[in-house]
Amino acid sequence: MNFDFSDDQKQLRDQARKFLAEKCSPKAVRVVLDGKAPYDRELWKGLAEMGFLGVAIPEEFGGAGAGHLELCVIAEEMGRANAPVPFSSTVYLAAEALLIAGSEAQKKKWLPAIASGEAIGTLALFEGKGNPSPKNVKLTAANGALNGVKKPVPDGAIADFAVVAARTGSSGRDSDISLFLVDLKAGGVEVKSLTNLDPTRGQAEITFKDAKAEPLGSAGEGWSILTEVLDRAAVLCAFEQVGGADRALEMGRDYALDRIAFGRQIGSFQAVKHMLADMYVSATLARSNSYYGAWALSTNAAELSEAAAAARISATQAFQHCAKNNIQVHGGMGFTWEFDCHMYYRRANAMALGLGSLSYWEDQLIDRMRKKNAA
Amino acid sequence: MNFDDTPQEAAFRETARKWIDANAPKELHAELSKSSLGRIRLAGRDIVEVGKAWQKKKADAGWACLHWPREYGGRGATPIEKVIWQQEEGVYGKLTQPFQIGEGMCGPTVMAFGSEDAKRRYLPKLASGEEIWCQLFSEPSAGSDVAGLRTRAEKKGDDWVVNGQKIWTSGAHYSDYGLLIARTDPNVPKHKGLTMFFLDMKSPGVEVRPIKQANGMQEFNEVYFTDVVIPDSQRLGAVGEGWSVSLTTLMNERMSIGARLATGVPEMFEFCSNLMLEDGLAIDDPAVRSKLASWAAKSNALKYTSYRTISALSKGERPGPENSIGKLVSGMMLQDIATYAMDLQGAAGVLTGSDEETVQGQFQQMLLSSPSMRIAGGTDEILRNIIAERVLGLPGDIRVDKDVPYNKIPTKGR
Repeated sequence: MNFDFSDDQKQLRDQARKFLAEKCSPKAVRVVLDGKAPYDRELWKGLAEMGFLGVAIPEEFGGAGAGHLELCVIAEEMGRANAPVPFSSTVYLAAEALLIAGSEAQKKKWLPAIASGEAIGTLALFEGKGNPSPKNVKLTAANGALNGVKKPVPDGAIADFAVVAARTGSSGRDSDISLFLVDLKAGGVEVKSLTNLDPTRGQAEITFKDAKAEPLGSAGEGWSILTEVLDRAAVLCAFEQVGGADRALEMGRDYALDRIAFGRQIGSFQAVKHMLADMYVSATLARSNSYYGAWALSTNAAELSEAAAAARISATQAFQHCAKNNIQVHGGMGFTWEFDCHMYYRRANAMALGLGSLSYWEDQLIDRMRKKNAA
Repeated sequence: MNFDDTPQEAAFRETARKWIDANAPKELHAELSKSSLGRIRLAGRDIVEVGKAWQKKKADAGWACLHWPREYGGRGATPIEKVIWQQEEGVYGKLTQPFQIGEGMCGPTVMAFGSEDAKRRYLPKLASGEEIWCQLFSEPSAGSDVAGLRTRAEKKGDDWVVNGQKIWTSGAHYSDYGLLIARTDPNVPKHKGLTMFFLDMKSPGVEVRPIKQANGMQEFNEVYFTDVVIPDSQRLGAVGEGWSVSLTTLMNERMSIGARLATGVPEMFEFCSNLMLEDGLAIDDPAVRSKLASWAAKSNALKYTSYRTISALSKGERPGPENSIGKLVSGMMLQDIATYAMDLQGAAGVLTGSDEETVQGQFQQMLLSSPSMRIAGGTDEILRNIIAERVLGLPGDIRVDKDVPYNKIPTKGR
């Protein structure tokens, strides 16, 4: 047993941290936050040049072929920097779906484009309210054409292609769902930007009217592929959340050291110290479950389904907890637009919903634990 | 990142498993499996006696205090081998409870500060469970503020004479030796006038009185010292250095953490899986699922946090105070779980006997015992201070007694 990242992986994390500190300052994030750009194009290009976009994509498809542990350490840094780029939708969702289910031709077409930063991808799953469930997929696919509306689609307004979950049957079983690849720049696709909690990552409504689509994976396999994609993305997002939680904790800690009230540093008051200690506890728990998730993800272990749900739960709770208490430590200044606290508060709460809500993952964890206990 | 055993680890696991299979007291397996926090159910049998037999058997075969050097009764095993052993020992590990303070705290302190003679004399018997050790730190007016302790040790020739009182001493009533911190100089600030000793608990002048606890049990004691003589050869560390010696003890407590922290989650999962509510099984109820999932995630996370610590240990890194989170998280969780399990039992939840609807009162027992988990070995508040100050680097509280000689610190009714 060795429950830690390797020295090379830690070096990669340092490299990513340094790169993002330089190219993704809070000032740069604010350009997107303030609506002056839909995402940070320069940063996206830079991430491609660093090899970060394709770190887990095999070399034969234009990636670095490193692996998922390497992707995890980069994800942590993306979260820490609150990077305003479509990293999670392109890399954790679209690329993972292609890696799991794509044909040779599909992989050849899209994976090198992802790794080089030329293509932005996403997953179009949700149709309004509700959590991931075959029942909630109404959009239909027939004769290679899609009809229906997806929202919210993460980074939908800037994406070049989408993996779309569509209904291809009406038996009431998971096998009613199939996945399709759609070129969003082609005809029959209408994209509308939606305002959302976290403007540094866009959300969109996409209307498909006889949009041309090619199957991704076998017909009727959609839901099982999606389940795996969501599990993998849950682990990768958990690393982003852990990075964000750590950063929020650091901001709170730094402010508590800096701010003087009643003639002393506010960090010397136990009420403040204990709040920060509790933030550290939740961030640590989240990190540990995420590490276990990383191991399961990187080894394709059977434990992935339970590990992913536990990592997702802890990381969601930790990021929300740290982001909200970071504002509390900052007092009134934490509630200004000028201070960066709200960027993490927004990101934490948006991420808590992105792959399905906390209660959805709690449900998943219990189901998966029961299945394991029964086995 | 690798969770699988290396070939060496797998071989070690196999050896351990075979030995346990051939030697463990299997007749106790069912009872031990059912006993959770605060109640080891061994009908008509004394846990210390049964524990000693198991510990001795392990020691004779080289399975006690695995990470200690062989010459002191250990096996010279790696931190990971120790974890593998604990995994394989499973429920029989509950029998080691009387020896945990000795193994985790007293032994390592003797190892770090004792003379070679003392180490060879005391450590092997501590490891084998033939001699049990307790830790004499807390006092009636020195709990969280343990450096404020009053028990005096005064030098008389080659000996020290001790007078005072300790409290909350787990297992003092069956211990053979004790690790004692006492005040040797009241004229200097409180942290500077302390010295560490060990003593024979059968020494004249030592009186152990059990404390009846809020949960009705008696695990803790008061220990009174009246002119107790301790030879200077039983001093650990220099005179006046007791505080820094005690930090070693506490650091070893953190290093000795294993996968044995009770969280209440397995019991709760099983309970919810079997409990019929009006609309069906409790585990199918969304409110129950939500709480249970959060607790399960936390409990998993504690396990993996300890694995991260073990990985650091096995690379020769020293684990820091971040391990304080284990007790902080599990203590609160036990109390919350007990409360919620009883809520699900409704009116019957009030019963504490061996009633079927309350699964033999195990959560009621957990409820009554859990407050001690949040106090013993550092209160939740002290642990949060430790995390805030030593991990996050926040300033210490402003101390009014900091550079004041101990005997000038104001007290109530000294």
